[in-house]
Amino acid sequence: MTGIGRRRFLGLAGLGAAGAAAVPIAGALARASRAEPAPGAAAGKRWAMVIDVQRCKDRGGCDVCVQACHAAHNVPAMPEPRHEIKWVWKERHENVFPEHVTPYTPAAVRERPTLVLCNHCDNPPCVRVCPTEATWKRADGIVMMDPHRCIGCRYCITGCPYGSRSFNFEDPRPHLRGEPTDYPTRTRGVVEKCTFCSERLAVGKRPLCVEACEGIGCGALVFGDLGDEGSAVSALVRGRELTRRKPELGTSPHVFYVL
Amino acid sequence: MLEKALTGSRSYLGLLGALSAGAAVGFVVYLHQLQVGLGITGLSRDVPWGLYISQFTFLVGVAASAVMVVLPYYVHHYKAFGRLAILGEFLAIPAVLMCLLFVFVDIGQPRRAVNMILHPTPHSILFWDMVVLNGYLVLNVLVSRATFRAERAGTPPPRWVKPVIYLSIPWAVSIHTVTAFLYCGLAARPFWLTAILAPRFLASAFASGPSILILLALAVRRWSSFDPGREAIAKLGEIVAYGMAVNVFFVALELFTALYSDIPSHLEHFRYLYLGLHGQAALAPWMWVSLALGAASLVLLLVPGLRRNETVLAVAAAAVVLSLWIDKGLGMVVTGFVPSPLGHVTEYLPTLREALVALGVYSTGALVLTVLYKIAITVREELEA
Repeated sequence: MTGIGRRRFLGLAGLGAAGAAAVPIAGALARASRAEPAPGAAAGKRWAMVIDVQRCKDRGGCDVCVQACHAAHNVPAMPEPRHEIKWVWKERHENVFPEHVTPYTPAAVRERPTLVLCNHCDNPPCVRVCPTEATWKRADGIVMMDPHRCIGCRYCITGCPYGSRSFNFEDPRPHLRGEPTDYPTRTRGVVEKCTFCSERLAVGKRPLCVEACEGIGCGALVFGDLGDEGSAVSALVRGRELTRRKPELGTSPHVFYVL
Repeated sequence: MLEKALTGSRSYLGLLGALSAGAAVGFVVYLHQLQVGLGITGLSRDVPWGLYISQFTFLVGVAASAVMVVLPYYVHHYKAFGRLAILGEFLAIPAVLMCLLFVFVDIGQPRRAVNMILHPTPHSILFWDMVVLNGYLVLNVLVSRATFRAERAGTPPPRWVKPVIYLSIPWAVSIHTVTAFLYCGLAARPFWLTAILAPRFLASAFASGPSILILLALAVRRWSSFDPGREAIAKLGEIVAYGMAVNVFFVALELFTALYSDIPSHLEHFRYLYLGLHGQAALAPWMWVSLALGAASLVLLLVPGLRRNETVLAVAAAAVVLSLWIDKGLGMVVTGFVPSPLGHVTEYLPTLREALVALGVYSTGALVLTVLYKIAITVREELEA
């Protein structure tokens, strides 16, 4: 092949590659202009959670919800603290709700452990920034995560205003907390987070953290469908003064707090 | 043309050998990262982006800065840049390559990188950054190849090149604008949530990129018989003076807004950056060095008598590069994560292995740059012989 022939060939190959890439891009641009509910989505469903901090705080040190979730979902206990993976956990009140703390707030309130998890926002920034649609919002409000499509760029972690996402810096499988359950384990290099127990909702069960909390007779966590006006969560959301994390950002979290 | 890069003096071949060794070390450590995961870096749950993405951000600016040579030469027919234009374009190509490599080594599942094309997502700025960076690479390869071949043959460049050159000018601005949009569109990170981020990125790019070009042009003149020209280098010095002055002005605007408004969520990041927070102050000494170098370089650049002395200009250019590298290649990205959205102050320090991967990427870029410059210089020397 002559020099010119080779150059022409490479040029044509480049054009061909660009053309092949243009097809899915055009498709995605067309999709982006439409907003259709996912096929098979239950009409009108909107899952939400209310966390009653007043009830929860009575049992300082209790973490049955965290344990239940992390054990069932094969969330590892990574040896390095900076590689920590968590779906639901407790943070100091002053870190979760800094706007509810005054210079006179007593230390006991400042340090009160407050449960946090993915807020399953109506307008999730993580979904907006993900370059592969590995995370997306379902019609029922759950912000889902496909660890098989995730390329591990961590843009969603950067975009989440709540610190709700974790990255598998190393292989999590040697660090599981106990015997692995049926729930799929993850691989290194992908992001994970709470999915409101979508695998349990699919078979008519409620999230594990909620069941665990009820199991000890506490009932600080209420979960249900806001589309169903008769649900307990609907009654709370419509009948009580509730707070959400960082409402000024416009993300519209669907984890509500009774402070 | 590539054969011209294969022969050369002992010191040229030695340089190629050293850069290849650097690239090889980086590649081996990257294979280790591929095996173990990003756990070998200093990154954490709270600081998920660090050295790699910072270098990417800095180098996008270097790549974009080629426009500061291309625009005067091709649009304003500023003839003094005739010998420099190709050096500018041949700097942009390895700079974009390094950008793409730094993003690639930062990805947790590199085998799935193609998902960005298989599942294109127009609402993600990362998707658009991929589009503009790859497009810029293609534009620069097209333009530099066509103009260089024409010059070598002693013919005018083909007619299609002119519109491509014109397209490459706003495209250069776009790569740094879109890269700023990666950061400044995030409600989660108040430190980056500022409309001046893109202009500031551009100003710092138009200071640091031409500074690197000054140093390269001086090196080319010293180690070859090809002289990019005193006037051209002096003009680059003026461009750097403007770029650096505007950059310092923009930084001052940022500081005023943060300090005077006194909003804790904004202020805390600046406090961490320059003073430290909760006893954690890894970046602060670097940032003061960056400020001092920036101020010193500005004095050297703004006084005409000093700037016109090429030795002083070289010192000023080196100070600009170092100052802006600290600012963008260390401080800018990491500080967005400190404190975290939950108020935690988790510091980030790159590990040795992470630094070696970065060294490998820089070595690869320098290798490509050396080969391209060698070809350009050899052809020039032949033409002038």
